[in-house]
This record gives sequence, C-alpha cells and structure tokens, in this order.
Amino acid sequence: MNKITETLMRIVSEYDGDLKGAYNIREDGGCAARQSTENIKIESKEDKPGLEVHIKAGTKGETVSIPACVTRGGVDDLVYNDFFVGEDADVTIVAGCGVHTDDGGDARHNGIHRFFLAKGAKVLYTEKHVGTGEGTGKKSIDPVTEIFMEEDSVLEMDTVQIRGVDRSVRKTSATLAARAKLVVRERIMTDGEDFAQTDFDVVLNGEDSGADLVSRSVARGKSRQVFNSWMRGMNRCTGHSECDAILANDANVVAAPALEADHVDAELIHEAAIGKIAGEQILKLRTLGLTEEEAEEKIISGFLK
Amino acid sequence: MLRLEHVAWTTPDGDQIVRDIDLTIGNGKLVVITGPNGSGKTSLVKLVAGIMEPTSGRIYLDGEDITDADVTERAKKGIAYAFQQPVKFKGMTVKDMLELAAGEDMPFVNVCGLLGKVGLCAEEYIDRELSGSLSGGESKRIEIATVLARNAKLSIFDEPEAGIDLWSFTRLVETFQELQNEQKGTLLVISHQERILSIADEIVVIADGVVEKAGPRDEILPQLLAQPHMACCPQGKREIW
Ligand SMILES: Nc1ncnc2c1ncn2[C@@H]1O[C@H](COP(=O)(O)OP(=O)(O)O)[C@@H](O)[C@H]1O
Ligand SMILES: [Mg+2]
Repeated sequence: MNKITETLMRIVSEYDGDLKGAYNIREDGGCAARQSTENIKIESKEDKPGLEVHIKAGTKGETVSIPACVTRGGVDDLVYNDFFVGEDADVTIVAGCGVHTDDGGDARHNGIHRFFLAKGAKVLYTEKHVGTGEGTGKKSIDPVTEIFMEEDSVLEMDTVQIRGVDRSVRKTSATLAARAKLVVRERIMTDGEDFAQTDFDVVLNGEDSGADLVSRSVARGKSRQVFNSWMRGMNRCTGHSECDAILANDANVVAAPALEADHVDAELIHEAAIGKIAGEQILKLRTLGLTEEEAEEKIISGFLK
Repeated sequence: MLRLEHVAWTTPDGDQIVRDIDLTIGNGKLVVITGPNGSGKTSLVKLVAGIMEPTSGRIYLDGEDITDADVTERAKKGIAYAFQQPVKFKGMTVKDMLELAAGEDMPFVNVCGLLGKVGLCAEEYIDRELSGSLSGGESKRIEIATVLARNAKLSIFDEPEAGIDLWSFTRLVETFQELQNEQKGTLLVISHQERILSIADEIVVIADGVVEKAGPRDEILPQLLAQPHMACCPQGKREIW
C-alpha cells in the first residue's frame, strides 16, 4: 500500500504499522491487503466490487477492519460490503475511510454497507471519515448503511467525520426485530464550503425494540449541514433521537426530525437544538484562565468527543 | 489584598445596581458578603472577577490596578470565581473541568481529594458529563470544586450553600475552615448561612448596592442575628436573609 494510505489509516483505523484480527485494506478501488481468521472469512463479491464478510456464530471479542482509502484525484470508488454476523457473536467492525487529493481531480468514496445481525449478535461498528490533501478537487464520502437486526441483537454505531470532507451524504437505515437495540452516535464537523447531510430511517418493528440516535455537530465557516431522521415505531418500543448543533460564522444547519408511531405503546422522543456556543460557557472557561479562542476550542472538542 | 475604590455599576437602562463601593479585603482572610436578594452582591463579585465592567471606580489586586484587565487576565492574576448558577457543558466531564481549572492532568487521588472537599465521591462523579443529568446541588458542588482546584490567590464563592444537602453543607463549611487555617489564599464568600457567617473573619453587609456595614464577625454577626426578620430552621441551617 502507498504512503498516503498508511497516513490515512493511522487516522481512521487502529492501524499502527499493523492491523489486528481480520482485515481488508482497500486502496483506490483495489485490494491492498487482506487477512481472514478462523472465525471471520472475508471474500470478494462475485457480481460487483466489494466484500462478503462472514462472522461465525458465537465469535467473541474479535475485530474486523475494512479501511478504504482514496489517495488521488480522479478516483470514484464504489464498493458494496456485506456483513453476516452469526448468532450470539460479539465483535467490533472498524470501517474507516480517508479521501485524499493533491490535484484538481475529485476523490470520492461511496461505501454501501449492509449488516445482517442474527439472533443475539452484538456489534460495535465504528466509522471515521477524513479528507486530506491540498488539491482543489472535491473530496467526498457518501456512505450508505443498511442494518437488519434479528431478535435480541445489538448494534452500536459510532460515526465520526473529522475534517476535510467537502461533501458527504450519509444514509443509514435500520430494521429492528423484537428486543433488538440500536445505538447510533454521530459526530460531524464541517468548515469552509463543506456540505454534510445525514439521513436516518429507523423502523422499530419488533416488540420492545429500541433505538437511540445522538448526533452532535459543529458547523463553521460557510458550511451547511442537514439532519433528517425518521423513526417509526410499529410495535411496543422506545425510540429517542437527539440532534445538537453548534453553529459559528455563516454556517447553516437544518434539522428535520420526524417521528411516526403506528402502535399505542410506541414511545418516541426527539430533541433538537441549534445555536452558537453559549456565552456563559466561554465566560466560565475564561475564569479558569483560558482565552476566548482556547475556550471555544475546548468547548467544541469536548462536544464532539 | 483586594481593594475596591468607588466602584459602581449601572445597567444600560440606568438602574444603579452597585453604588460607590469602597472595600478592602486583606490577604488570607475569609470575608463573607451578605445582604438581601437583589442587593447587588453577585454583580459586585462579577465586577471583581472581570465578568462585568464597572461604570466607574477602580479595582486593585495586591496594589496593581486590574480594572482594565479582562476575565482571562484576572484569572491568570489569581482570581477564581464559582458561579452562582453553574454552567452546563455537553461533552465535558467533571475530570475534564477540574483539569482545566488546575491547569494540569490530575491523577485519580487528586480528583478524589478535591471532590471530597465538597462531599462528592470521585468514583461516582469523575466521568459524569457536566450536562443536564446532574442535579442542581451536584453541579453546584462541582462548580465549587473547580474553584478549589485553582488554588487561587482570591477565591470567590457565590452562595455556595444553594441547593446542597445538609451533610455536604457541613463538609463545605469544614473545607472553608481548612482553607482559612492554611492561609493560602483569600476567600470571598457570598452567603446567607449563619454557619458560614459564624466562621468569617469579617462580614460585609450589602443593601441596595451599597455597603451598609462591614467589620469583624464578632461586631457584625450579633447585629444581624438580632434582626427580627431572621428565619430559623430546625436543622440549624439558619438563613439570615
Ligand atoms: N446584566 C444585568 N442587567 C440588568 N439588571 C441586572 C443585571 N444583572 C443584575 N441585574 C439586576 O441587579 C440587581 C442585583 O442583582 P444581583 O447582583 O444578582 O443581586 P444579589 O446577588 O445580591 O441577589 C437585580 O435586581 C438584578 O435583576
Ligand atoms: Mg446573587
């Protein structure tokens, strides 16, 4: 793999010269390295670009990393990855993505991920996105995540878009069977002319299923963000979504959360707040000796932590 | 030494909240400011901390005129202020805040020691977020701990008793006494509590934006206690105002 991929991987994955567990490193649309383990098989798809990852029932404590890097302009990478997580498995999936361009060409990564969680399966899914490089080409990442959860499965999704991504449209949908639990934590920072959109579509089908979506974002410069969420309670269930945005400069944020209850025992809650950093927060930190700029940085980095 | 000379603050609407206050607070002293609600106590200490600017008058710290120094500069010169209404922060933990206040990373034992001074158990609170999930009394005590963490030359506490339970209050009074005995810094406490007033070296009574009376505790406290409107609480938490 090339130097840029290595640098990007250090940011978006747990790569430190080496990756533990099963992995597949994707570089500019090709496969740079791959390793399966006894319990986790990674195979190429036959019909289209992408992977099929099979995790055996009962696999505990293992990690699958599938970093994807676009290291130059003029690459438009589209990939379909499917994860089949066996019954009662408990694993971590790390899907970092970095896009880099040093020239005028656009660099885009579009990953379509599907997760099939069998009964009782537990997954921690982390996804970090970053854009780097001095090129004028647009860096974009458009992830699509489709989650299918059987009874008693649990998926925790941590998604972070750190910096430098000019454009991202992220679509996440999930269908939950009885007692399945979905937790999504999203952190987004945009600046300059960036645009980031998030669409959540969660269907709580099963009895006592539950979902918790928490999105925190910071929009600076002239950037724009759109948060759409649609949570549907089709049974006795609990759903909570929260969208909190800090706005600075001339940024623009739209939060359009929707809740739909189709069952009398569906309990759905949404909270949304958009605003600049509270003046009293800055004051408090200044009374500790921080300058105004230092205070702002602290507040933002804490908020996005 | 903190010295206020003819300090006044008038709202943009022309209301005189703090009028011509002269006050000298000696190093290492525990001075309690008391007075009715709305008399201008919080405004006065905000002027000292640099959170508000006086309309007129000068403020000196150890002989240096700090009237034109902003909040950050005053903090760096050794003024610490515990807000009457603690500020909430999403994403910042108790540990983060204490470390910011102390200006350094803090091992668990130090966090434990600090929170212990306000009657909180570190195990339970160290990783709590300073958000809406804390009760009023809990955030108040954490706010006090952030000021204690600073080891400042002048520490200001604005109604530290507000919203906290009797046991924690007792712990807090002990903490103030410990600081008073160590003589490391000056303590300026706004309070209505007899138990805090009774450990003061000096008491300043503010009414309607002016110093109504000021002097040693033994001179002022009996006068306050003799006031007919004094409330009495069976648990011994007597409110003067
Ligand atoms: N920023 C402000 N603008 C206008 N009025 C204020 C402001 N701050 C305080 N006040 C008013 O000043 C008076 C004194 O307030 P404060 O100093 O908080 O009193 P205390 O702490 O003694 O209860 C109150 O009537 C309050 O409403
Ligand atoms: Mg007050």
